[in-house]
Amino acid sequence: MGDYPSRSVNATAGDLGVTPRHARGAGSGASPSNFDEPPRGGGGALPKKARFSIEAGFRGLSTASGAMVLVIIVAIAVFLISKAIPALQANTGNFLTQFEWRPNEAQPSFGIAALAFGTVLSSVIALIVAVPIALSIALFLSHYAPKRLATPLGFVIDLLAAVPSVVFGLWGRDVFQEPVRDFSIWLNKYFSWIPLFGGDGPFGQSVLLGGLVLAIMVLPIVTSLSREVFQQTPGMNEEAALALGATRWEMIRTAVLPYGKPGVIAAVMLGLGRALGETIALALTLSVAFNISFNLIENGGNSVAANIANSFAEANDTGRGALIASGLVLFAITLVVNMTARAIIYRRREFRDSAA
Amino acid sequence: MAKRIEASNVSSYYGSFKAIDSVSMTVEPKTITALIGPSGCGKSTFLRSINRMHEVLPNARIEGSLTIDDQNIYDPDVDVTAVRRMIGMVFQRPNPFPTMSIYENAVAGLKLNGVKKKSILDEAAEKSLRSANLWDEVKDRLDRPGAGLSGGQQQRLCIARTIAVEPQVVLMDEPCSALDPISTLAIEDLMFKLKDRFTIIIVTHNMQQAARVSDKTGFFSIDKTGDPGRLIEYDDTQKIFSNPAQKKTEDYITGRFG
Repeated sequence: MGDYPSRSVNATAGDLGVTPRHARGAGSGASPSNFDEPPRGGGGALPKKARFSIEAGFRGLSTASGAMVLVIIVAIAVFLISKAIPALQANTGNFLTQFEWRPNEAQPSFGIAALAFGTVLSSVIALIVAVPIALSIALFLSHYAPKRLATPLGFVIDLLAAVPSVVFGLWGRDVFQEPVRDFSIWLNKYFSWIPLFGGDGPFGQSVLLGGLVLAIMVLPIVTSLSREVFQQTPGMNEEAALALGATRWEMIRTAVLPYGKPGVIAAVMLGLGRALGETIALALTLSVAFNISFNLIENGGNSVAANIANSFAEANDTGRGALIASGLVLFAITLVVNMTARAIIYRRREFRDSAA
Repeated sequence: MAKRIEASNVSSYYGSFKAIDSVSMTVEPKTITALIGPSGCGKSTFLRSINRMHEVLPNARIEGSLTIDDQNIYDPDVDVTAVRRMIGMVFQRPNPFPTMSIYENAVAGLKLNGVKKKSILDEAAEKSLRSANLWDEVKDRLDRPGAGLSGGQQQRLCIARTIAVEPQVVLMDEPCSALDPISTLAIEDLMFKLKDRFTIIIVTHNMQQAARVSDKTGFFSIDKTGDPGRLIEYDDTQKIFSNPAQKKTEDYITGRFG
């Protein structure tokens, strides 16, 4: 705190027989209750700026936290790349096209294609199944359900997000596999002319099972984010649609869905990110295969993350490097997905930002 | 294209709270009727009851009867969307759809009614924007966001959107309260123009505006907070503002209360 030169002025005034409080004059700001204090609105010389303050400290702290994120990211990238390069150099096969994963042998040979394909395929299945259901639930909760029902139901859905993925994996493997196998046999019987559902079996531990388990895992995150977005639709836009003679569903189509679109895209991308990176649920439900096949129902399938979980324990140095390289590819995939989503959101920003 | 509205003993409720009590009035076709009164006296609630927007709010309901050319709009067999298409509404704050362009906003109602043909939509967009005195200002940027216009332009866009579906009645809920005087004047001019085609009912806090634009004026009031609003006096605007029958009306318009 600074000192208050006004006090000395008052002292001089006192010599003239005027009490200090009167000497302060009418224009010197709000009068404090204790007249030995300076007036709150000023009245003396301006105090000096404090050299060290909470302000500066907090600013430094937040800047350092921001910088730390960059440092950590760079450190991780350097570590991953430095581990991956020797393994890639030792690879006798082609990393991009080889359909096998034998990095631990004297002549290591491994390729990412089948893993990357399995990762993307299972995630796409998950999204195709989960997104329509999630959006329907979100709309039900935000615009159809009475509040007494919507609140507990939303809570249950959030709870679903809290279930650990290993539980989903075990459940998928031990419980869900049976109905999915029966369904797969049925699909194979009647729709085997579609390549997706062809093959001679065995069925069950398939990309379909993995994708469906992923769908259940992705569902809560997409649902609760979409619901939040839908609830933020300005009431006056909903009323505008209704006043034009829209039914409830038409109102949702006219006002709610367009308004929520960027948020829904973001929610779907977050869901996709979770599906792409999911490890243990897929490691438990897929039966390992290294090929590129669009057959959804036959045993097989694999994903980058599941392969890392399955192979890391018995990997040697080159093997670990190879797995790290596959992790880098996974990172690249998620990066592309995220940037695409950002681009989609960015394109319509003019319409969003101008909304009051 | 314009119809007579008859309200008899209309009472509107929010849950157990009675917002207006037993309002009866007849609105003639192709006239402008102003509803004035202090805040919370039920003017807007009554207005929203006319196109069944009142019941959009949870637990809101009305008693009494409202007919438009002798059809009861609260008949259980009546399609509520048809009522709202027949009785359009302009809101207090301009509310163009934020994700839509000017053009899309203007034809949003038609699209909701299943009109798909581009030529019809183009024609309707131009016609309604012209009717709303907005065409010359926006004709070169129809694909720009509607929410990027100024407040007054946005409100005229909302009027264009409302009249594009060719309603019989246009309800306006304090359409100028968020606008500057010049935009207000533009909307008032527009109302005179629209009077040839539509029956207009406007809620306003601005008594000069009511005196300027309306043929008939209804004065609503409440005794105290918590009481339902009542229609105190309903007569020719000229009479209400020069020689009102009720003491309360006189007090209000001369600024002695409210």
